[in-house]
Amino acid sequence: MGHLDINVGKLKKNAFRYSKVRGETASRVRIPGGVIDAASLEKVVEIAEKYGNGVINLTNRQGIEIPGIDLEDMDKVNLELQPVIEALNINQTQENGGYPASGTRNIIACPGARLCPFGCYDTTAFAQKVDKEIFPNDRHVKVAFTGCSNDCAKVRMADYGIIGMTEPQYDPDRCVSCGQCVDFCRRRSVGALTLVNGKVVRDTQKCIGCGVCVVYCPTRAWTRSEEHYFRIVLLGRTGKRNPRLAEDFIKWADEESTLKIIKNGYAYIEEYIDPNAVEHKEHIGYIVDRTGFEKFKEYILKDVQLSPKAEVAQNIYWGGKHYDSF
Amino acid sequence: MGFVIPRAAFNQIIETLARRYRLYAPVRKKGAGRFLDTDVIMYDEVTTADEIVFDAKSDYAFKEALTPLSEVLFYFTEATTQEASFDNRPLLIFARSCDMHALKRLDQIFLENGPEDVFYQRRRELVNFVLMGCANSFDNCFCVSMGTNIAPDDYLFSVDLTAEGVACNVQDEAVAALFKAYGEETADVVPAHVTENKVKVNLPEQVPFSVRTDPLWDEYTVRCINCGRCNFVCPTCSCWSMQDIIYTDNGNVGERRRVGASCMVDGFTDVAGGGSYRKKNGERMRYKVLHKIYDHRQRFGINMCVGCGRCDDVCPEYISYSNIINKVYDASKEGE
Ligand code: SF4
Ligand code: SF4
Repeated sequence: MGHLDINVGKLKKNAFRYSKVRGETASRVRIPGGVIDAASLEKVVEIAEKYGNGVINLTNRQGIEIPGIDLEDMDKVNLELQPVIEALNINQTQENGGYPASGTRNIIACPGARLCPFGCYDTTAFAQKVDKEIFPNDRHVKVAFTGCSNDCAKVRMADYGIIGMTEPQYDPDRCVSCGQCVDFCRRRSVGALTLVNGKVVRDTQKCIGCGVCVVYCPTRAWTRSEEHYFRIVLLGRTGKRNPRLAEDFIKWADEESTLKIIKNGYAYIEEYIDPNAVEHKEHIGYIVDRTGFEKFKEYILKDVQLSPKAEVAQNIYWGGKHYDSF
Repeated sequence: MGFVIPRAAFNQIIETLARRYRLYAPVRKKGAGRFLDTDVIMYDEVTTADEIVFDAKSDYAFKEALTPLSEVLFYFTEATTQEASFDNRPLLIFARSCDMHALKRLDQIFLENGPEDVFYQRRRELVNFVLMGCANSFDNCFCVSMGTNIAPDDYLFSVDLTAEGVACNVQDEAVAALFKAYGEETADVVPAHVTENKVKVNLPEQVPFSVRTDPLWDEYTVRCINCGRCNFVCPTCSCWSMQDIIYTDNGNVGERRRVGASCMVDGFTDVAGGGSYRKKNGERMRYKVLHKIYDHRQRFGINMCVGCGRCDDVCPEYISYSNIINKVYDASKEGE
């Protein structure tokens, strides 16, 4: 190894890791929505064998990290990554320059409606769509998509957690009072249904739009709404100071508004981020802790046209553990 | 009388017929399936030929035209009752060979099994059929084994979409007059029918009593979730429950309703005093299967099952009813 002269800040923004092993780095392959074509995965394997130490690290956020790469090989790895970046349809600032920016984290998605019987929308497609809109971006933001209220993607740990919903449509003429929807809603979900005089009554306040009734009705008396709806939960986080779950912001949001709300957050960060933050990074949730939710809400709802169905929280109070204020 | 006419002409004939009949045909309900973006093909009223799904088997059967899933029979208040209104315009149902054979079973249950069921009968009298030919067998069909692959003759006309045009065997004089306006009569049109299915079943002539306690049913106590889909999609299942409903805001007013019932679903064998027979799903399965391929035959001379395979298509637990028939056949031979 010669005289290494590496701009660490640049390295990190190029999606390489600052490793504890001197002289080494790891390449972080961001995979929006967690779906990668087999040919690209083969390419990743090739890079790991040629430049890495032959192992591949599957990250918590559905990305891949290729460890054991010589810092000197970064340019070569970037070149080799080009077909992968193209196949994944990643916005790039410079061809053959690898992944730009690593502040906003890989967007997570559970399998969603591509595979899962309970999925209320195509989570992968929505993740990829949002990825196109917000990348590359240096700001530390986590976005996660999950197909239904089971929240297999654990979106309640993200800054923007998007939970799929359907509004169950009921056709009483096809209902035979078998009670399976009532039973399964109670046992698998929140118990929002009751049989009254042989027909089903849905408590619309209680209903979380999970679609369990639709899955279990044997006669198609329950079907899904044509519109896809979303519950948006905000500012969950892990970390040292105050780990906490995201709290409900909007119930029955539409797709366009959801996308806009996520995008709008960046203008807020630019305005209010602590100029002295370590490495110029400050998690969005901590900024909101400083400015108050009202300010944040004003920014993220800018130009958002919600449908009358959307229920917006007036205020949000987060809980969690406070290690910083005993 | 045979006709082979262009699709456009056929579409016009259907539109004309829609003024004479309520047309009831399989249509694609987009997104109505259990899972997101899955469709269901079920029967509904149509006014144009383009709405009709010819190239797939319907998921739910035509029987809903004759035995609705939920139907109000009459309303009552204090000393008076009033019959629910009834649409008595004639119906023209698009059905396949197996479906037309199923009609015979429904007739046996509702009209030839003691006193006629008037609610069935009043609809039955309005019903006419269009036969949809089957050029190919669909998944899970076993009509050939059940002897239902060739349709009975009582349809107004048949429909086969062929490369040459819409081929129709027209049996009804009035309809034939319509067709003549659009094309020359051709010598012969035989409705398409299949002669072989991938799925085949062996039917036991006699089912010895030992089969009723055979361990073969135990598996289904575990696998079957007693959802009743197999019954609700079946063209020959006709069980119903009566409900007397008292309106919640006025206890002096109410209605009598009848709704579809399923021998697989909880509650079917509940009796006064809290009793319930066939608690295990395996027992329910036994009851259903033997009813379909044995008990009905004992009384009416023909098997109830017509081999449409819709129960296999729909079962969320991948239980194959046709496979069970073969198991019953084997067990019956052993038990002889
Ligand atoms: S599952 Fe379907 S048929 Fe059964 S009670 Fe619920 S809506 Fe009615
Ligand atoms: S056999 Fe299948 S469709 Fe029928 S009740 Fe059992 S699980 Fe439901």
